[in-house]
Amino acid sequence: MNGAGPDPATAPGSPDRLYILTGGQDRAEKRTELDLVTLIVSRTESEAGLQPEHAAIVRMCHYPLSVAEISAYLELPVSTLTQLLTELLADRQVEARPPVPAAALPDVRLLEAVMNGLQKL
Amino acid sequence: MDYRSSDPYASPYGPDIPAGPRREDVLPASATAAVKVVIVGGFGVGKTTLVGAVSEIRPLTTEETMTQAGVGVDDLAGVEHKTETTVAMDFGRISINEQLVLYLFGTPGQQRFWFLWNGLFEGALGAVVLLDTRRLEVSYDVIGQLEERGVPFVVGVNRFPGSPTYPMAELRAAMDLEDSVPMVDCDARDRGSCRDTLLTLMRYLYTLTTASPEPQ
Repeated sequence: MNGAGPDPATAPGSPDRLYILTGGQDRAEKRTELDLVTLIVSRTESEAGLQPEHAAIVRMCHYPLSVAEISAYLELPVSTLTQLLTELLADRQVEARPPVPAAALPDVRLLEAVMNGLQKL
Repeated sequence: MDYRSSDPYASPYGPDIPAGPRREDVLPASATAAVKVVIVGGFGVGKTTLVGAVSEIRPLTTEETMTQAGVGVDDLAGVEHKTETTVAMDFGRISINEQLVLYLFGTPGQQRFWFLWNGLFEGALGAVVLLDTRRLEVSYDVIGQLEERGVPFVVGVNRFPGSPTYPMAELRAAMDLEDSVPMVDCDARDRGSCRDTLLTLMRYLYTLTTASPEPQ
């Protein structure tokens, strides 16, 4: 992931590929692509000096948690949370594990893994 | 793990608001990536019921807020006319294995909620359209929109007691569905039935992938 140039992985057939990150007035060039199912993990144990919302995120992400789950637990709209996460990512307080990249069609091995997992339900 | 004075699961907002997952809802540290499937359907069709039937966590709710310019009011250039829309989406989670997690999002199918779809369907494996035979028109629009976006989907027919019992073939014709799109009965309250519907989607995706000359 880097900020140079357009993302070549842009899926064909989705012309209006939007980034969840909204606003971006002050961090336009640092825009991070966060999906609802991007997993967030803390990189730090310390919450010293963090704002309460940032601290809450760092605290709950000792184990991986999706953006959607954090949003639900903090009762924050995804767009607001994304802003907070972007700040935490920029300060390297958390890391983001992006979703399995979606090609036009998913990978066969990925589908097999999901099918195996579902069979166990 | 010992937490000394500060319990990491205590809320900074006070004791009543949980600040994170319950211990049993924590993902393993080995979880490296997630995938998502979207459940689309009209109000009351059983999206949340389906999510709850298969989810390993109690379904959660996330909100998205969007500030939209007034719809269809193009002649007010320069005039601040914005409406803030907040829509809640219920979702659940299934750990596929130690590394991979599947998330299921239920999203309303009505056209005024399509703005939600932009971030949602991007990267999604596919969708399940939950069909309410009492209100076919919602699903009709949904299906058109999915086709336009190139999102693969299957149709689950959640038959409610007292709802019209159309045969599948008749529903397929009414929905103008291609023969290749799988249609299954799906009792949203039943875990096995929901699992089978999801498996139908995966098998369908598998077929599409393996049939594709260039699987990337």
